[in-house]
Amino acid sequence: MERHRLVFSGSGGQGIITAAVILAEAAVLYENLIAVQTQSYGAEARGGATRSDVIISDSAIYFPKVNQPNILVCLTQEAYNKFNPIIRPGGLLITETRYVKTHMKVDAQQRELPMYQTVMEKIGEPIVFNICMLGALIGLTDLVKSKSIKKALKTRIPSDFLEINEKALDLGIKMGKKYAGK
Amino acid sequence: MNENLKFIQGNEVCVEAALYAGLDFYAGYPITPSTEITEHMAKRLPRIGGKFLQMEDEIASLCAIIGASLTGHKVMTATSGPGFSLMQEALGYAIMTEIPCVIVNVQRGGPSTGIPTHVSQGDVMQARWGTHGDHAIIVLTASNHQDVFAITVDAFNLAETYRTPVILLFDEVVGHMRERIFIPEKGEIPLMERLRTSVKKGVDFHPYLPREDGRLPISDFGGAHRYNVTGLAHDMWGFPSDNPKIVYGLIRHLVDKIQNNVHKIARYKEYYLEDARTILVSYGSAARSALHVVENRRSRGEKLGLLELQTLWPFPYYLVQEKCADAKYVVVVEMNMGQILQSVKVSVDRPERVFLANRIDGVFITPTDIRNILRLIEGKGV
Repeated sequence: MERHRLVFSGSGGQGIITAAVILAEAAVLYENLIAVQTQSYGAEARGGATRSDVIISDSAIYFPKVNQPNILVCLTQEAYNKFNPIIRPGGLLITETRYVKTHMKVDAQQRELPMYQTVMEKIGEPIVFNICMLGALIGLTDLVKSKSIKKALKTRIPSDFLEINEKALDLGIKMGKKYAGK
Repeated sequence: MNENLKFIQGNEVCVEAALYAGLDFYAGYPITPSTEITEHMAKRLPRIGGKFLQMEDEIASLCAIIGASLTGHKVMTATSGPGFSLMQEALGYAIMTEIPCVIVNVQRGGPSTGIPTHVSQGDVMQARWGTHGDHAIIVLTASNHQDVFAITVDAFNLAETYRTPVILLFDEVVGHMRERIFIPEKGEIPLMERLRTSVKKGVDFHPYLPREDGRLPISDFGGAHRYNVTGLAHDMWGFPSDNPKIVYGLIRHLVDKIQNNVHKIARYKEYYLEDARTILVSYGSAARSALHVVENRRSRGEKLGLLELQTLWPFPYYLVQEKCADAKYVVVVEMNMGQILQSVKVSVDRPERVFLANRIDGVFITPTDIRNILRLIEGKGV
């Protein structure tokens, strides 16, 4: 398989690292793939620039970081400004319409998704924003099966919150599929 | 799904391995980037009948595990640079009193509080010489989760074998990174249990009289024998002594028991060394970038190899000399100002052929960083 290099970027507290972990865990535990997840964040508990790198492959991964992602997710303006130049040509850039104003064209598919707004309208809980983003990513790319993500959600998310997370995932997948062909 | 297959952080792997090795007492104080070790230990240990203590600081943490170890427990604590600095006094005490324990230092940027959330390998020399006085120490490291597991179990085994503190010198990248690991089945990795004295209760027991093979059987403190334990130079009963002969014998014993067994303690991995013209020497997470470069260049037919050190101290000079004997160039890849570089230079016949590829800015060293140094050495410019 082609090696997938992903960078998730945004602000501390948005759940970026959790989303990255769930994706990589789904790939390793339920699809028998090899994945590595690393993260980079500041000393603050909330706020501050956060980044998580995920590599998914079927062969050994040594260098665990991503220099040039073929999939880049930016959930804040700061993250977009900082990371948008590193995207691999021909890659996929996903931004959140509420927080990010894109200001230049990159040599990649650009998808601006209203994930936050959708989550607030349909679920009303901003905490599942990250899982909606993950769903959108799956809807756009078929990186791993949604079934595998759901299994990973079950082990990672406290049972009281499982239902809204699953709902957010489905919302995201639907949105991703809708935007996939555009 | 294989139940032994996990996708977890290096810090969690360290916890699972310590429990596998038989750890039943842990004391610690959380500090980034080692916090997950303390956190998972707090969750796991009480459930299996062990004891977990959160202490007021790192000084108390190390003191607590030293005490617990002396009474017969397998113990560990975990910290990062600033906490490791606080532990140096008690570390010397554990060395002097020959009390087995495992200390994890998940390295972050220093000096002082430095850069808490970013990677570094700047504590290599501190692990060797951070505590005062002539001594020997065992310091181990690893670059991937399967090896973190094996080397952690090994740390407990070596601590028991040589009755010494063993330091696990991981780093932020290995500690925080998640990758897959297969937890070994019970019995897959042999365990070394504590050598206890056969001297009966009521019979004169010499707690600090080594056997002929250098090993020192222990009597669980508070059990059959009453004896003295002190950080002062001491005789075979454990009582303070400044008798030159006794002091000489004690220091030689503390150093020789480890230095004379460097061949048995040396752990390493090698990749493509047979015909390598250029050899990268690396350890910890930096070895992942080194291996990336080696695999890449090998696929193009270039003769590059990697010697990955897992035992940093006692430094395996003989090994580096032997493995690098035929190499034209040796490049040490590490995330500090050249702390292992010096030992590699001392090991090889032509130290002028040893170069450094490093990074000290809190950013994980990349394959490109290493390739740039290789190009410079090969006269290709950057």
